[in-house]
Amino acid sequence: MPLRTMPWFRLVVGAMLLSSSSAWAEWTVNMTPGVTAISREIYSLHMIIFWICVVIGVVVFGVMFWSVFAHRKSKGAKPAQFHESTTVELIWTTIPFVILIAMAIPATKTLVKIYDSKESVIDVKITASQWKWRYDYLNDGFGYFSNLRTAQDEIYNKAPKGDHYLLEVDEPLVLPVNTKVRFLITASDVIHSWWVPALAVKKDAIPGFVNESWTIIDEPGIYRGQCAELCGKDHGFMPIVVIAKEQAEYDAWVASRKTAAAQENELKGKELSKDELMERGGKTYATFCAACHNLEGTGTPPVFPALKGSAIALGDKNAHINLVLNGKAGTAMAAFGAQLSEVDLAAVITYERNAWGNDTGDVIQPAEIAKLKAAQ
Amino acid sequence: MSAVLETHNHDHHGPAKGLMRWVFTTNHKDIGTLYLWFSFTMFLVGGCMAMVIRAELFQPGLQIVRPEFFNQMTTMHGLIMVFGAVMPAFVGLANWLVPMMIGAPDMALPRLNNLSFWILPFAFLLLLSTLFMEGGAPNFGWTFYAPLSTTYAPKTVTFFIFGVHIMGASSIMGAINIIATILNLRAPGMTLMKMPLFVWTWLITAYLLIAVMPVLAGVVTMMLMDIHFGTSFFSAAGGGDPVLFQHVFWFFGHPEVYIMILPAFGVVSQIIPTFSRKRLFGYTSMVYATASIAFLSFIVWAHHMFTVGMPLAGELFFMYATMLIAVPTGVKVFNWVTTMFRGSLSFETPMLFAVSFVVLFTIGGFSGLMLAIAPADFQYHDTYFVVAHFHYVLVPGAIFGIMGAVYYWLPKWCGNMYNETLGKVHFWLSFIGMNLAFFPMHFVGLAGMPRRIPDYALQFADFNRISSVGAFMFGATQLLFLYIVINTIRSGKPATAQVWEGTDGLEWTIPSPAPYHTFTTPPEVK
Repeated sequence: MPLRTMPWFRLVVGAMLLSSSSAWAEWTVNMTPGVTAISREIYSLHMIIFWICVVIGVVVFGVMFWSVFAHRKSKGAKPAQFHESTTVELIWTTIPFVILIAMAIPATKTLVKIYDSKESVIDVKITASQWKWRYDYLNDGFGYFSNLRTAQDEIYNKAPKGDHYLLEVDEPLVLPVNTKVRFLITASDVIHSWWVPALAVKKDAIPGFVNESWTIIDEPGIYRGQCAELCGKDHGFMPIVVIAKEQAEYDAWVASRKTAAAQENELKGKELSKDELMERGGKTYATFCAACHNLEGTGTPPVFPALKGSAIALGDKNAHINLVLNGKAGTAMAAFGAQLSEVDLAAVITYERNAWGNDTGDVIQPAEIAKLKAAQ
Repeated sequence: MSAVLETHNHDHHGPAKGLMRWVFTTNHKDIGTLYLWFSFTMFLVGGCMAMVIRAELFQPGLQIVRPEFFNQMTTMHGLIMVFGAVMPAFVGLANWLVPMMIGAPDMALPRLNNLSFWILPFAFLLLLSTLFMEGGAPNFGWTFYAPLSTTYAPKTVTFFIFGVHIMGASSIMGAINIIATILNLRAPGMTLMKMPLFVWTWLITAYLLIAVMPVLAGVVTMMLMDIHFGTSFFSAAGGGDPVLFQHVFWFFGHPEVYIMILPAFGVVSQIIPTFSRKRLFGYTSMVYATASIAFLSFIVWAHHMFTVGMPLAGELFFMYATMLIAVPTGVKVFNWVTTMFRGSLSFETPMLFAVSFVVLFTIGGFSGLMLAIAPADFQYHDTYFVVAHFHYVLVPGAIFGIMGAVYYWLPKWCGNMYNETLGKVHFWLSFIGMNLAFFPMHFVGLAGMPRRIPDYALQFADFNRISSVGAFMFGATQLLFLYIVINTIRSGKPATAQVWEGTDGLEWTIPSPAPYHTFTTPPEVK
């Protein structure tokens, strides 16, 4: 029985919330049963162990409070003389042991099921990096980054906060329902952890290693989660959104994604105008660079340097490209060469060299990036 | 302490005058006092950081600090509370009490004792100075997982590493001293199985310290090598393994959490019998239970890592081993409750802290048992449920244990009684504040709020506000504690040698305040 449905409980917690203005429905006090068979099993394990603890607590604290009230010196209680009993010690060693075995059996069964990731239909590679997720659909040959969509103004209290404040992304992970999906989870910098409570999937993303997990979602819907392992400055700002769709809708979505990927590929060989590059570069900058270097290019010194008027953005073009492609060892500057497409790299570097008064007039074409990449 | 200063009956045996007394002292009582004041200072410093954290989390959005500073606060709060507040406080209690409880004139290695205290302030100066350096203080969590703490760390990480080295050296020296004292300096007739439980729990804790502090030193040295000398212990790109860091860290880290709680078990096992006016129930089983917990603490470390992708067999082993800890811990709780059962109870401040220790530590134990269930841990791991769990075992566990101990033995140390009314006010405000702060964390954790985040989704707002109010209340209350202690030392009513009606043990046979030198001729224990 969920704790939150008990009237007495709501009354007690409600009384604690004197100053609160939020509606009842907005908060919960318990784990979600979720939308997969595994998440429901975990929920029931959670409730079983919870009630076991409650029962033990009631008995032990019951005896204690009985003594506290009945055996007071002020009520004239005289102390008894007993102080040892091997029989009693054996009894209260054995009973908890038996309870634990009873608890270990269902927990083991669930764990064995969780570890069986065989026979998946769809494989999604999840790559974490500071501070975003990348989803690659291995069977269909496309992939994309997923970033926090909440505006900085909402975070810094300059705009009202939306319903899904901090739990919304630009590109959610889309999955079909009733299909076994395998996740291959890794990271490109520090350790992160991919967690969606409704799926009961939480697995660490570890650089250099690939972890496995899987899910079969029962109901279409939008499920939200967050990075669960401290991964640096914006650990609190890398949410996960999963949209579960019916198979037909999912297939249509995959088809449109494939077409978009093909178009993107074509763009690589093209000569782009400065305006096109600046427009695309601005978007890429906001997604990948602004977290550290700031939307206005002012950075957060001393850790994250400014780009506005910086020696690099105004200096040698190739040195600038090289820094973006390969990062800078010993600093937080990551290597974006493998993370971004040639088009995005060309666009963002063009943007950095021409925005905020950095008027170098330089235009970098995708082909130039491709050539430099090949040379390295 | 001024009361000790005034004890000038033997001029050539009494303490030296002035500041140098404290720098050169080899007296276990002086060093105990130094440890306790140092730990209280660190408790306030770490507490201020907790206040910054709770102020930022008071409502959604970023108001007070930036995320990078928030991470420095969570990291420093954890490190300072663990290594600066709780551990030195227990060493301080051991210094004061172990010699007096076993009838020894002093610690076995008095000069080592001086050294192990006096390197501590330097360790924390190193650590705290990073707050004022370029790049800021450590920001990778008190568990400092690689590679966030190596390749991606601020440059100040090296100061942190040397700070940890010095803290480790201090703890190891302290532990050696305590073991040497307990094994060699017991009064005639004080057999091992006659020792007070506080001495027993500290003996076992000291062995844990000697076993695991070198492991901590090893892991930070490996970090140092990775950062400055081009090794790749924790970098996959160079053939290393970031998960190796976690295995080594938690091999230290799990026994470490018992290092922080076993001496508190000892304190509670002294206080409850006194105020129940009844002998401790199941002394022998208490000793064996403590030893079992210490043994099990070495084979459960990976339950902190259920989500790193261990093989199934590993998950099962660590789940079963962790669940087993509930058995000896349960035995201890049952013994305390049975000691109270049919006793003749009174509720002075130390007893209030001890009784609430049993109740709230048990609640923390329950959530620990829930966390042990590996599949369920996939939902609890790295959420506020974990934060609630370890604060329930550390605040009403370790901290209430220490505060109970201070109220219980302060009259013996300084010769004056504390103000009982103020003591009770301090207890109740701490009790209410602490529960308001940490109980709602169970709810937000289960509802899906990850730990170590400076900002959160709107559905967590109400409980976070309650938590913050509770935390401010708990924090402010500790200033009252400071006032009570100073007031007691300066102007409390004189205490008797016995101090409490139901006391039993050698420390209560000497006058209050305890003379500068005690048991220069060993007492006879029957």
